[in-house]
Amino acid sequence: MSNSTEIPADETTHKHTISVLLENKFGALNRVAGMFSAKGYNLESITVGPTEDISISRMTIVTRGDDAIIEQIIKQLNKLIDTLKVVDLTYDSFMERELALIKIGTTPDNRSEIMQIVEIFHAKIIDISHKTVTVESTGSGQKVDAIIKMLKPFHIKEIARTGRVALKREFVGEV
Amino acid sequence: MTQHTSPPSPQRQMTGAEIFVRSLIEEKVDIVFGYPGGAVIGIYDALHDISDIKHILTRHEQGAVHAAEGYAKASGKPGVALVTSGPGATNTVTGIADAYMDSVPIVVFTGQVALKLIGNDAFQEADIVGITRPITKHNYLVRDVNELAATVKEAFYVATTGRPGPVLVDLPKDVMAMKTMFSYPKSVKMRSYVPHVEGHQKQLDKAIALIAKAKRPILYVGGGTILSNAAEELTKFAHKTKIPVTTTLHGLGAFPETDELSLGMLGMHGTWYSNTAVNYSDLLIAVGARFDDRVTGKTDAFAPEAKKIHIDVDPSNISKNVKVDVPIVGDVKKVLQQLMPSVTALDTKDWIQTIKTWKEEHPLRYRNGKYIRMQHVIQKISEITKGKAVIVSDVGQHQMWTAQFYKYVYPRTHLTSGGLGTMGFSLPASMGAAFARKDFPVISISGDGGFQMNIQELATIREHSVPIKIIILNNGYLGMVRQWQELFWRKRYSHVEMFGPDYVKLAEAYGIPGFRATQTDEVEDVIKKMFAIDGPVLAEFKVVKEDNVYPMIPAGQTYHEIIDMPEEKTASTDGEKESDIEMVTITKG
Repeated sequence: MSNSTEIPADETTHKHTISVLLENKFGALNRVAGMFSAKGYNLESITVGPTEDISISRMTIVTRGDDAIIEQIIKQLNKLIDTLKVVDLTYDSFMERELALIKIGTTPDNRSEIMQIVEIFHAKIIDISHKTVTVESTGSGQKVDAIIKMLKPFHIKEIARTGRVALKREFVGEV
Repeated sequence: MTQHTSPPSPQRQMTGAEIFVRSLIEEKVDIVFGYPGGAVIGIYDALHDISDIKHILTRHEQGAVHAAEGYAKASGKPGVALVTSGPGATNTVTGIADAYMDSVPIVVFTGQVALKLIGNDAFQEADIVGITRPITKHNYLVRDVNELAATVKEAFYVATTGRPGPVLVDLPKDVMAMKTMFSYPKSVKMRSYVPHVEGHQKQLDKAIALIAKAKRPILYVGGGTILSNAAEELTKFAHKTKIPVTTTLHGLGAFPETDELSLGMLGMHGTWYSNTAVNYSDLLIAVGARFDDRVTGKTDAFAPEAKKIHIDVDPSNISKNVKVDVPIVGDVKKVLQQLMPSVTALDTKDWIQTIKTWKEEHPLRYRNGKYIRMQHVIQKISEITKGKAVIVSDVGQHQMWTAQFYKYVYPRTHLTSGGLGTMGFSLPASMGAAFARKDFPVISISGDGGFQMNIQELATIREHSVPIKIIILNNGYLGMVRQWQELFWRKRYSHVEMFGPDYVKLAEAYGIPGFRATQTDEVEDVIKKMFAIDGPVLAEFKVVKEDNVYPMIPAGQTYHEIIDMPEEKTASTDGEKESDIEMVTITKG
């Protein structure tokens, strides 16, 4: 789910990735999404799914705001009765992934060029027809943005993005 | 998650409706304000034979919720409302929003259409769980009769702990007819909800250090102090440290206004001296208060010289509006108990003397004359009751004067709709308060606008002979809006003048004795007549049409823009002579 009225970035607002563990109860997603709209917070992406414990859901929220707003967002998330844990991953080392399906209208002339871009980004072609190819791209939000940008000059017919999921990184040594 | 510590009872199976009623008895609910209908007919059937619970049939569901609020505010126990689905449920929305804004512990039970009909646009269906999600502390839809008892237990637990608030439980009709064994959980433990009670030692130490250094400290006390039953601790704390006290609208009663250290209320219509003291203070200790815009005005100019300590049970209130130096998350009562041994008497003699001078220079004032001023009625009620009454005000000019001109001495004696500002609150809330309190008389004070918003509850009051003194301060205007139009909208009085019925005849039509006063010299007599009557009684005071609440800090402005009452002895527009006008002054503390 993405919010179309994205607040423009300035020096005081920053993008934050927040991971929330919630009781897996009816309406939990609604409570979180409703809180964001009621308080007027930016919501760039929100994903929810089960965890290793079926009674708990993990929600990954990408939002933007200055320090005071982010502090309030975290407090308001904690205030929801079904919330178990809220972690702002932004200042930690964390892994972030998003998946996009991009359907592109093709001609015999440009198909190979598209395939080159797909290869460079380590993406995959998962469907092909006479007039289209559909690309699956997985990576950080930035990487997905980048491949979409590269494919823009071609005729993008449809895009579906999952929104971001994230977990804290445990490895602490040098890469 | 609820823990069942006792084995399921070996008794017969019960219907959901019976289990629901049994659960209320387990919660020691002695009164329910409600209104039956199709979706809750089974519950009402189960209630029919129960003598442990008194059911009060209000004349509108909004009245039921305000009555539950009045009961909760006056007693400290959770209030309960029970209504049917659809319109019954949607009529509770204003009351629920009111309770949410003012942190009132109430549990609202709504009927719902049968599970298989939900989402079908069934008769009297409304998605009340969806509608009330942003205005409840939490809400539930009970989908399985086996979860019913535990849900009721959890609902009361959530409503009454931490920062209290309204909880709604939606009860589908078929779930109320399903049968299971009844077993009421002994305790509640929720892994996702653990309210903070004790303040963190590190924060307490920082606060103690700030307090020890303060030269011009002030306690800014809010409704959280009363919610946490901490009036006694607060009073001891102020006396021990010799720190002056100002309260918010909801903090009135947390500290006796007869005490030398009291400054009365602060904020938009607070006393001149309380706002002045806050402005020049070097330490502001917010106790169960949330830096509401009606208190702070422009936030960055609020108490500009003061270090700030903020005690609040709700972490999301900390640094929400005003950045503070030392936040302490915890229950006010507990935190004050924790601080108490480590604080000592401060040398605030000069500071208190300065404040005393301000009190003498700028007391609360009003112009009295032949025709009645609302302030005068409230002053008389204050003199007659000496703080020993539960005062339930409505919303508007009279509400501010009720806050200013009554001297509150005890907690839970000033009930009003502060956060939401719900006109029509007073009459039903006073009814709830009267069921909760037998020690003090309950006095409902409304303007003519607000009174007409829940006027239907006169029937409920008469039916149960609820002993309320109902006071209508009638200026034939929506006075506060008119005041704003006068001051900020070039006197263009757009749709604020209103017709009202003959309130004395109206009272008589309901079988309630009614009195009327039209001149100042009749006021005291009418109030005394009201106090001579045991049951419900109503009095209409025809007051001057145009009068303004002062002092006033216009919305969003700073202390420096404070408007105190003009000195001129302006006569009312109702035909008084200027020479007859007498300036009356009152000082808190």
